[in-house]
Amino acid sequence: MRPGSGREASIAAAVVAGLLGPGVFLARQAGAAGEPAAAAAFASIVPVLRHPRCMNCHSSGDFPRQGDDSHPHAMDVRRGPGGHGVTAQKCETCHQDHNLDGRNMPPGAPDWHLPPPSTPMVWRGLTDRQLCELLKDRRQNGNRSVDQIVEHMATPLVLWGWQPGEGRTPVPVSEAQFTAKVKEWAAQGAACPAR
Amino acid sequence: MISLIVNKRRVDLDVDPSTPLLWVLRDNLGLNGTKYGCGMAQCGACTVHVDGQAVRSCVAPVSRAAGREITTIEGLSPDLSHPLQRAWIEVDVPQCGYCQSGQIMSAAVLLKEKPKPTDEDIDQALTGNICRCGTYPRIRRAVHRAAELAAEGGRP
Repeated sequence: MRPGSGREASIAAAVVAGLLGPGVFLARQAGAAGEPAAAAAFASIVPVLRHPRCMNCHSSGDFPRQGDDSHPHAMDVRRGPGGHGVTAQKCETCHQDHNLDGRNMPPGAPDWHLPPPSTPMVWRGLTDRQLCELLKDRRQNGNRSVDQIVEHMATPLVLWGWQPGEGRTPVPVSEAQFTAKVKEWAAQGAACPAR
Repeated sequence: MISLIVNKRRVDLDVDPSTPLLWVLRDNLGLNGTKYGCGMAQCGACTVHVDGQAVRSCVAPVSRAAGREITTIEGLSPDLSHPLQRAWIEVDVPQCGYCQSGQIMSAAVLLKEKPKPTDEDIDQALTGNICRCGTYPRIRRAVHRAAELAAEGGRP
């Protein structure tokens, strides 16, 4: 059998898919046929991604934002060299690993931080397709595979968006539905919307 | 029972784990140099170090500090010899003085990470520490002076 023949390629694809796990295997299986379903699944999670609870840290500029109006973070808080703030103004200077009771008290979740400056993951101004492509771009997403993006979407920091503490609007779409749609997007090949 | 290391001394305390660290320092340990300002991490008066990092003790539950090294203004030096303390006295920074321990504790973290800070570094590090007397120009001057003293004396 010559290298590159159809049978060899399909065996190799199956081996690679097996090594990468069930999500990727499903993705490989879905192929082009899964594209509309994946794009639709992604479109259904976009309202969450575009919500201030997510966008305030996937922020334009070199700083986080606050509030439902996404104003720049008080105290001129900066992103810092690792996404954790600078010197005496790091995220964990004020933020705990949990929300504090009371209106206008600092919110919190484990590992509270922004994306680092090398991969700032700025989402503002992107179309749905651009947002989807940015999420999948390993040069810009912290070298995450699609399966690792799915994992990121289930971290306590992301899930905080559904329980953001008093005075903050939670993200739309139920957590269960969001999680299911993220997994469906990955399983169907992680295709992006047309626009 | 919660164990802390405060100013290099181990203390064991029977307190509610959700008690703000500030009140443990002030009420249980009598370390009154750290001040209560706003109670919501907005002003910086309560700043202490936890494992060398600036933390607003008014909102940090004492459980966060369990087993970790806490430094308060009283622990910065045993004899006012820390470059920041020397510079603060030399420049005569305080007016009412209420915010100053928080300012100094934040500045100490800055100098540890940036021994030769620029004006911008100082502003970024201390912008969360509010001074109602408006001593900011003297604070900035004193931080620069402390950096010089530290360079001369090799500390911090």
